[in-house]
Amino acid sequence: MSASLPDTQPTNPVIPFLRTDRMPHIWCPGCGIGTTVNCFARALVESKLPLDKVAVVSGIGCTGRVAGYVKLDSFHTTHGRAIPFATGLKLANPELTVVVYSGDGDLISIGGNHFIHAARRNADLKVICVNNFIYGMTGGQVAPTTPVGALATTSPYGAYERPFNLPFLAESSGAVYVARWTAFHVRHITRSMVKAFNKKGFAFIEIIAPCPTLYQRRNRLGTGLEAMQFYKQKSVIKNGASTKDLDISFQTEIVVGEFVNIERPTLRQAMDLQLQRTLASRSAARK
Amino acid sequence: MANQMPAPKFQGRVYIDWDRCKGCGFCVDFCPTKVLALSEEFNAHGYHPPYLLPEKTCTGCDLCGIYCPDFAIFSVRVPVETEPSEGGSSES
Amino acid sequence: MKADPKCVLTGVHFLDGDQACCEGAIAAGANFAAGYPITPSTEIVERYASRAPKVGSVFLQMEDELASSIAIQGAVWGGAKAFTVTSGPGFSLMMEHIGFAAMTETPCVFVDVQRGGPSTGLPTLPGQADVMQARWGSHGDYEIIALCPNSPQECFDLMIEAFNLSEQYRVPVMFMMDEGVGHMTEKVVIPAADAIDVFPRRYTSLPPEEYFPYRPGPDGIPEMVKAGDGYQFHITGLTHDEQGYPAMTWQEQEKLVRRLVEKIRLDGDRLKRNETFGLEDADVVVIAYGISSRVALRAVQLAREQELKVGFLRPQMLWPFPEKAIRKLAHRVKAFVVVEMNYGQIVYEVERCAAGEARTVLMPHGGGTVHDPEDILKVISEVAL
Repeated sequence: MSASLPDTQPTNPVIPFLRTDRMPHIWCPGCGIGTTVNCFARALVESKLPLDKVAVVSGIGCTGRVAGYVKLDSFHTTHGRAIPFATGLKLANPELTVVVYSGDGDLISIGGNHFIHAARRNADLKVICVNNFIYGMTGGQVAPTTPVGALATTSPYGAYERPFNLPFLAESSGAVYVARWTAFHVRHITRSMVKAFNKKGFAFIEIIAPCPTLYQRRNRLGTGLEAMQFYKQKSVIKNGASTKDLDISFQTEIVVGEFVNIERPTLRQAMDLQLQRTLASRSAARK
Repeated sequence: MANQMPAPKFQGRVYIDWDRCKGCGFCVDFCPTKVLALSEEFNAHGYHPPYLLPEKTCTGCDLCGIYCPDFAIFSVRVPVETEPSEGGSSES
Repeated sequence: MKADPKCVLTGVHFLDGDQACCEGAIAAGANFAAGYPITPSTEIVERYASRAPKVGSVFLQMEDELASSIAIQGAVWGGAKAFTVTSGPGFSLMMEHIGFAAMTETPCVFVDVQRGGPSTGLPTLPGQADVMQARWGSHGDYEIIALCPNSPQECFDLMIEAFNLSEQYRVPVMFMMDEGVGHMTEKVVIPAADAIDVFPRRYTSLPPEEYFPYRPGPDGIPEMVKAGDGYQFHITGLTHDEQGYPAMTWQEQEKLVRRLVEKIRLDGDRLKRNETFGLEDADVVVIAYGISSRVALRAVQLAREQELKVGFLRPQMLWPFPEKAIRKLAHRVKAFVVVEMNYGQIVYEVERCAAGEARTVLMPHGGGTVHDPEDILKVISEVAL
């Protein structure tokens, strides 16, 4: 057999979505964030969204750097406040598809309040939370997702606080689409992202990803690859499982899947509906 | 010969950005046909990038590309010219 | 550019400062507000919430002031004109995002209806102790513009000015009201829309390939874009280069911070708004702003009736501080009497600018009510001797 080679060197499918003038990025060898960005690029292609109308808003942290690397209108905002920024952005320009791409510490710790309110309001945001169980950028401090017993610089004798179960938090706050995958589940992540882009309302995707330099190394869990192999072995797909049952303990089974996919009016729709109702009835009453 | 699998109409070609790779090994491990291995050589940053194993054929599934956190590898499917044959496998 | 008639409540009204501030924002074209209830500013957003649907604007009560102060900036980058409203404790919470607005050069207005402080303080009573915070509250080096109305009419007029300045200089503008002015009800004349000048947002006309988000024009200010127009730009709070990319070297820091600071500092001649009275032959100049200026002016009038040569200078723009005016006066007057509802804030600026050429006397006040004009008169008389 002879293979006919392409006439010109093809490009990596992720390249059109990257600010190539800023490559290489700052993420460590074996970090899972880059993997999620590949899924993001493919999801954008598949969903056929007009790229001029996609905006990415990040907070501070390793995952927060995604905004700076994607070739879209992108905003690297303050720690924890990507979601309210994105809420204002979307309300001012409803044509945009607004993606919030940030880490567990940023979105859930300092950003926790904004997270639950945006989910409650059903703000039309696509929230991608890369959860590496640690504060990576600042050197490996404990996060509200760190499993009990895991070591971190600010819990050097092991984390002792019960971590958040993010899908449960998202669902109970009112998110209309909730999924969790690991960085191993590249095809599932891509599919979920496409669904989230097309979904109206607060869509939340948690992606468990390795932090080899800090979480893995401090806890003697090996390399990024070993983390990915662990995800492959120890994760179990349970689409539709109750989010109450999705707690994660240190190095135990990780339940992944799509858990919530419901419909309810978005923030804008609810606002408009209510105004319409009241103002119409008032002007009718005046007549 | 009647039960032999028909020859593939496509195969893959893998492109590796030698100096961009950070040797994490995702591509090697997750390649479904195990056609990659980390080389003994170093790149400019001291990492061992992957290479296509000899005698192995990439299928162009691009799983390596989607896994690579450094955007340093991807594969594409290329059409294969098959020799016309009668009822048998075509030559490699 | 003129104001949109559908946003302007032309006519003669009887409004308090909060209400007039809201109308000023709407008249200026602010079509997005985010806020959190806090006395004595709440009425501004309550009125806005009620007016917004009728003028096609959006109001969102956010979960806290941190969210409010950044939601308005998201809205601005989406193409809206936006402001938020708060008082002391909320103003403290907004500090990080004021810095973000200064760093990213996001035009927006922050209204602080000052009340007694510190901490929870006197929620329903006036104070003027946030003025230094308005200038220095966020970390790092930056400049802002702060306006200070002393009547409901000025709450309307200067609010429009606040938006215009924020657009012109691409800087967050602090609108320093106080509870006295905010809850005082007076006649407010709202002119016809075509009598109101609105500074349009400085959107670029360059195509995406030629556009650099932070490349300054001749006045040191870059042109702006908004999301969704195909520019695929990047905005970050990190020290950045002209492309908006993080560039964390001391050289880029020097270049950027110098420009952020100089775009305001070097335009001092254009950036001043003062009300003055009787300065020509003054020996003593009373300086006051906001609600304190109402009683201070009364004291100055009483002093003049007693044939004392007293002048009055009321900065309507507190920051940048009217240095030149003070320096010039310091050459020839004997003393400045600074009347402020705090234990010394603007007085330090006056003292600095006087540079020892004139005496600077502070008339402090803990807040909660205004100075008694008779007390001010007493001090003026003592100083005039």
